[in-house]
Amino acid sequence: MSGTDTTTPHPTVGRPLTVAKARIDEIIDADHRLTRLVYVYLACATAWLVFGTLIGEYLGLKFTWPELGVAPWLSFGRLRPVHTNVVFWGWTSLSMIGLALWVVPRTSQRALHSLRLAWVALGLMNAAVILGVIQLLAGVTNGAGEFREFVWPIMALFASGLVLLGYNLYRTIARRGTEEIYISNWYILAAFIMTSILVTIAYLPWFQYGLGDTVIQGYYMHQGVGQWFTPMVLGLTYYFLPKFLNKPIYSYSLGVLAFWTQVIFYTMIGTHHFVFSPTPWILQTVAIVFSVGMLVPVFAGTGNFLLTMRGSWRTITRSYSLPFIFVGVVTYFLGSTQGTFEAFRTLNRAWHFTDFTVGHAHLTMYGFVVFLIWGGIYGLVPRLTGREPPQLLVGMHFWLAFVGLVVYVGALSIGGTLRGLSWMSGTDFLDSVRLMEGYWLGRAVGGTLMFASHLVFAWNLWSMRPPALFADSGTTVQRPPQVEPTPAGATS
Amino acid sequence: MTLDFHKNHRLLFGTVFGLFLALSGIIAVGPALWVQNNNRPLPDSRPLTDEEADGQQVYLSEGCVYCHTQQVRPIPQDTSRYGRASAPGDYARLGPRDLWRQTPSVLGTERTGPDLSAIGDRQPSDIWHHIHLYQPRAVVGASMMPSFPWLYETKAEAAPGDVVVPVPQSHGPDDGVVVAGPRARALVAYLLALKQAPLPGATSTVDPTGSTDASGEALGVRIYGARCASCHQAGGEGVPGVYPPLVDDPVVLADDPTRHVQIVLFGLSGETIQGTTYPTVMPGWAEQLSDEEVAAVVNHERRSWGHEAPTTTADDVARVRQGGPPDEQ
Ligand code: HEC
Ligand code: HEC
Ligand code: HEM
Ligand code: HEM
Repeated sequence: MSGTDTTTPHPTVGRPLTVAKARIDEIIDADHRLTRLVYVYLACATAWLVFGTLIGEYLGLKFTWPELGVAPWLSFGRLRPVHTNVVFWGWTSLSMIGLALWVVPRTSQRALHSLRLAWVALGLMNAAVILGVIQLLAGVTNGAGEFREFVWPIMALFASGLVLLGYNLYRTIARRGTEEIYISNWYILAAFIMTSILVTIAYLPWFQYGLGDTVIQGYYMHQGVGQWFTPMVLGLTYYFLPKFLNKPIYSYSLGVLAFWTQVIFYTMIGTHHFVFSPTPWILQTVAIVFSVGMLVPVFAGTGNFLLTMRGSWRTITRSYSLPFIFVGVVTYFLGSTQGTFEAFRTLNRAWHFTDFTVGHAHLTMYGFVVFLIWGGIYGLVPRLTGREPPQLLVGMHFWLAFVGLVVYVGALSIGGTLRGLSWMSGTDFLDSVRLMEGYWLGRAVGGTLMFASHLVFAWNLWSMRPPALFADSGTTVQRPPQVEPTPAGATS
Repeated sequence: MTLDFHKNHRLLFGTVFGLFLALSGIIAVGPALWVQNNNRPLPDSRPLTDEEADGQQVYLSEGCVYCHTQQVRPIPQDTSRYGRASAPGDYARLGPRDLWRQTPSVLGTERTGPDLSAIGDRQPSDIWHHIHLYQPRAVVGASMMPSFPWLYETKAEAAPGDVVVPVPQSHGPDDGVVVAGPRARALVAYLLALKQAPLPGATSTVDPTGSTDASGEALGVRIYGARCASCHQAGGEGVPGVYPPLVDDPVVLADDPTRHVQIVLFGLSGETIQGTTYPTVMPGWAEQLSDEEVAAVVNHERRSWGHEAPTTTADDVARVRQGGPPDEQ
């Protein structure tokens, strides 16, 4: 039975630097084999985070000091795809999956269909990222389309991991102990289904000659962020937010509306990455129109989350996971709305091709996706392992990451805008390079804070490790399905 | 069996699967097939040679695409710098490289450096590209482009047939000569092949400087910046030992501009200028620049940097052009 272990009182004196945060109020009595699985997913992901953003940091410094390390495998052109692919497929994907492997069984009130398949998938995906990094460092690329740089045999490893996990979670949901499928599972399983299709289409060659490649590249880039990362973290948040706040989600049907509009509208907007390119004009217009349509799921989603949070500010400030979730929800709104504006031809004219896009990419991927993941990890893992990270260090993690992100995105948004205006004014291209120097340095400063926060986070994750991480000290019998109620509101 | 998304997982996830597949067909696969099948290579373009195709792979794997686009948008800020707006036919020859690698995504999404759709026109000198790739800051002081020295070798002495790269002393190795390796040669061959073939039915030729709307002084400044500054530098000071300064240069200051015009039209090499013999070549611009443009840039050189030399006109340039290259060349 869950929730039985009530916490012993802990003194909150002796932490003058922080507001005392509430300690977790329950320790979930989970199958520790599932706990270990989830934790190892998160640990692998975090190793990729530290590696991937160390490289991001190094790339950022190279804009100011281009001669910082001159060797083929230290060069900007080879390391940039290493950064993007490692943070996409290594860190973000594995951490989201780790959390989903907990959330889906829990909300379905069934044990995970197969622990073993989940371990196999972890191996496949890690292997894909390791081999992919080696491939890129060796100077081999698939075609240099962003996030599609791994050659197909390597991406196939990742894709098989996806399919295995999708199957595993589908079986879990199919045998659920509740009548209804909780909304989190809509989002999470849909993400697996759509991404499996997406990767397959992106790697089939028959329609990718000439500009066909560009059409597919736009579709792939946007469905990657829109139908993989976005629905995954939204699904997780539909579980974590009500769970940590201990109250029902504001409106279940808003969640359903956001779901269907997300699936339909998001699929249509890929070509907005190629506005003014020689791809068919009508395709670009469709993409722009649906980019405006995207306001519907974004407003519905953020509205739903914010209204759920309303009246609980005290709980949020006293929690160490909820501030991450709050920032994630707000940046989901800001970043996506910003994206809609970027798609308009009048604004795209100025912003396209500049660092403004890189700012948008980090505002969304980092501020939205990664902050929601961190919120989930800090809320869930202590409940699973009974070990809490030092609160001061969680505060450090939060503030370093948050301030770093603001500096990073601020510098690139201002610099990118000025650079676009400089191009429009028709002055020498090199003027726009000189103009960016200060802003690139600003990005490197923000990036340094962000990277420092990742080291703190890695330490925090270590201090939350399960007691029986290495030794299998508990029972090996599969426990009966959990009977803890799904989050409040799950059945409304 | 209930037809309720909330309760029927087969229905819910089956719908998601079918919907996403169908929409992907409509918005991605269908249009991709359409553009693939309805665009032919431009009649005046040619396929890449084997060496150029290898160069394209170097371009991809060294990550040039992450900083350079190859798509000129149909808006003035692009067409005035980089050439005519790109057309689908420009890309129609692209296809998967082999069983392992997909179609090169050369269009790019970011312009940390300039667009390269017509770089072969804008900068026709292979040696300039080699110096720039070996060390961008040797020729472009404010550049933050990475250097690619591993594409080059340093040898004690050049062998016959080697492409020697005359890197300025300040940026070169202490001793020995820099020689382009095979990958560098392929890459530069590819860069030089990046030219925009004329669109069928278009009246004017490629005009990467978009000079039509500017005249006289402004035109001269623009052309000098786009065509000449990479070698002779923005202030006309040149690169010591590699590219001659134009400030106080006898040809630029000569009362009769004919030779000045000849050099700009037909290029120059092996000449000793004020005691220095340059190891590099001055490309001729007869094919890329109109008479007005040549007159504008020549006059710009004759009136800048404190110069007050007599100027020339488009008509004079036309006469020199008709006369052809001088005999000694
Ligand atoms: C980190 C970004 C970056 C990368 C990677 C990069 N460049 Fe550049 N490139 C620039 C910048 C900035 C400029 C403008 C300053 C200059 O001319 O050096 C430039 C200029 C150029 C120019 C001159 C363009 C002109 O209009 O004068 C060429 C040619 C070029 N790069 C080729 C390459 C090739 C080939 C590669 C890959 C081997 C490459 N670049 C990789 C940033 C980059
Ligand atoms: C690729 C580098 C390069 C570019 C681009 C270039 N030049 Fe030159 N230029 C040279 C070199 C090298 C020489 C010296 C050739 C020699 O010594 O034989 C030279 C010589 C000259 C001279 C003659 C100097 C003398 O005293 O004989 C003039 C005039 C000149 N360039 C003008 C221009 C103009 C105008 C442009 C732009 C339209 C231009 N150059 C573009 C490399 C370049
Ligand atoms: C409704 C919401 C959104 C819209 C309309 C939108 C729109 C856009 C547009 C127009 C661009 C291209 C900008 C350019 O190149 O000029 C872009 C780039 C990008 N967007 Fe969004 N965006 C949205 C949400 C998101 C979200 C939620 C994420 C992340 C999860 C995201 C991640 C990215 C990334 C990574 C890029 C950069 C792609 C690249 O060039 O590498 N976007 N977005
Ligand atoms: C320490 C933190 C980080 C730093 C310093 C950093 C730095 C960078 C740099 C320098 C680039 C290249 C930009 C360019 O080519 O102009 C980049 C690209 C990118 N990074 Fe990061 N990064 C960090 C974290 C992350 C994280 C955690 C993610 C995703 C989860 C991410 C996603 C991306 C994406 C999607 C791009 C491509 C952007 C585009 O093409 O528009 N980054 N990053």
